[in-house]
Amino acid sequence: MAGLELLSDQGYRVDGRRAGELRKIQARMGVFAQADGSAYIEQGNTKALAVVYGPHEIRGSRARALPDRALVNCQYSSATFSTGERKRRPHGDRKSCEMGLQLRQTFEAAILTQLHPRSQIDIYVQVLQADGGTYAACVNAATLAVLDAGVPMRDFVCACSAGFVDGTALADLSHVEEAAGGPQLALALLPASGQIALLEMDARLHEDHLEQVLEAAARAARDVHALLDRVVRQHVREASVLLGD
Amino acid sequence: MDGRGCEDYRCVEVETEVVSNTSGSARVKLGHTDILVGVKAEMGTPKLEKPNEGYLEFFVDCSANATPEFEGRGGDDLGTEIANTLSRIFNNKSSVDLQALCISPREHCWVLYVDVLLLECGGNLFDAISIAVKAALFSTRIPRVRVLEDEEGSKDIELSDDPYDCIRLSVENVPCIVTLCKIGYRHVVDASLQEEACSLASLLVSVTSKGVVTCMRKVGKGSLDPESIFEMMETSKRVGKVLHSSLQTVLHKEESLGPKRQKVGFLG
Repeated sequence: MAGLELLSDQGYRVDGRRAGELRKIQARMGVFAQADGSAYIEQGNTKALAVVYGPHEIRGSRARALPDRALVNCQYSSATFSTGERKRRPHGDRKSCEMGLQLRQTFEAAILTQLHPRSQIDIYVQVLQADGGTYAACVNAATLAVLDAGVPMRDFVCACSAGFVDGTALADLSHVEEAAGGPQLALALLPASGQIALLEMDARLHEDHLEQVLEAAARAARDVHALLDRVVRQHVREASVLLGD
Repeated sequence: MDGRGCEDYRCVEVETEVVSNTSGSARVKLGHTDILVGVKAEMGTPKLEKPNEGYLEFFVDCSANATPEFEGRGGDDLGTEIANTLSRIFNNKSSVDLQALCISPREHCWVLYVDVLLLECGGNLFDAISIAVKAALFSTRIPRVRVLEDEEGSKDIELSDDPYDCIRLSVENVPCIVTLCKIGYRHVVDASLQEEACSLASLLVSVTSKGVVTCMRKVGKGSLDPESIFEMMETSKRVGKVLHSSLQTVLHKEESLGPKRQKVGFLG
């Protein structure tokens, strides 16, 4: 990591955060009227929108219907202007397909799919601005959107990334920290049970350090959960006031 | 009908500079229609037939957020149609000063990638998109560059150090689209999704702030008689002028608030 000091001697990161500190998270549920559920989240400068349609009848070929549970369909796309360099295609490239697949695995683990057999739940995520931790932002936005749609879930799914620099685990990596090329871990957690819905690590990391990084990511994900929980409660309170009871 | 007159728009919400890593961006909400436009300036080589002009590239992404039918490649057709319409509107000398985008003739110019993202469809897409494009171009800031030439004749491009030293585009002549939907014997402006479903044919007219018509297109499966087309053109000129002037006031008002403005984005 030449030229850039990711963690200063005083323990501060490039953007002035402590090692375990999250970026500012702001979120809102019910952004769109036409979708069944929608949510928007800002994690630092990463901004993502999620929309949920369903559960509804299977679209297209009926052969895809699952007799015992609902089909979770995810599409990840990222706006052509979201990254520093302009992207040519918003979706359909390899990274987007992989992200879609990961989101699907995450939410299949969390949504109570057996309650809606032979139906389909669509989750569409759109990244408007990417500044590191896009997977985490997408999962968090999608969780809020699924909750907004009223689809039953086992628990919240809260995601956070973590990295490892100079013997310290860093939570919620920004783009600068991701680009530096150190080990990176993405974790999606079901906070009540402590179960892990998705775990992905790239780059090399010594086995002994894994626990520390995992612990940092899990702690950050629990912090995210506290924030999301507050957003949901606030939304429900506002909605019930509007309904007049 | 929702209580509006035939020439009334729904409430339009405009906000610029919503995506900070673009040169310019805008979000427009027109009823349930929600559009996000990002403009990115990149360096490129001028087109051969116009060596001393930069150019604009349009791309429209109909994301699956809008309706599930757009999933995968489903939105590509509509996206291409809108992008082509936009490039046709901007394909004349008066709308944007393309020569200002030239850095050194035949070698370097700015290419403005105008990317439109459709977040929700609630009728009258074309109008909302054109308003958003105009607002985004208004907020676009392109860094100023200088071309230095040394003794051997090789050119060097120098980027200004000051991030506030940038050129702005004049959007005075950027047209907006006014879509008129023919419903029965009347024509209405800013049709909602339900009204669009009732209309057999509609006319897209792009009008500048001075009321000059720059492009016209008929869309839809029905047919229009020539007389009503002239009538519709008159209406669109009238409506377009009002639309432009109110957009201009809103944009200037927003700019005068300066950097201290509380950004609403999608949180409000």
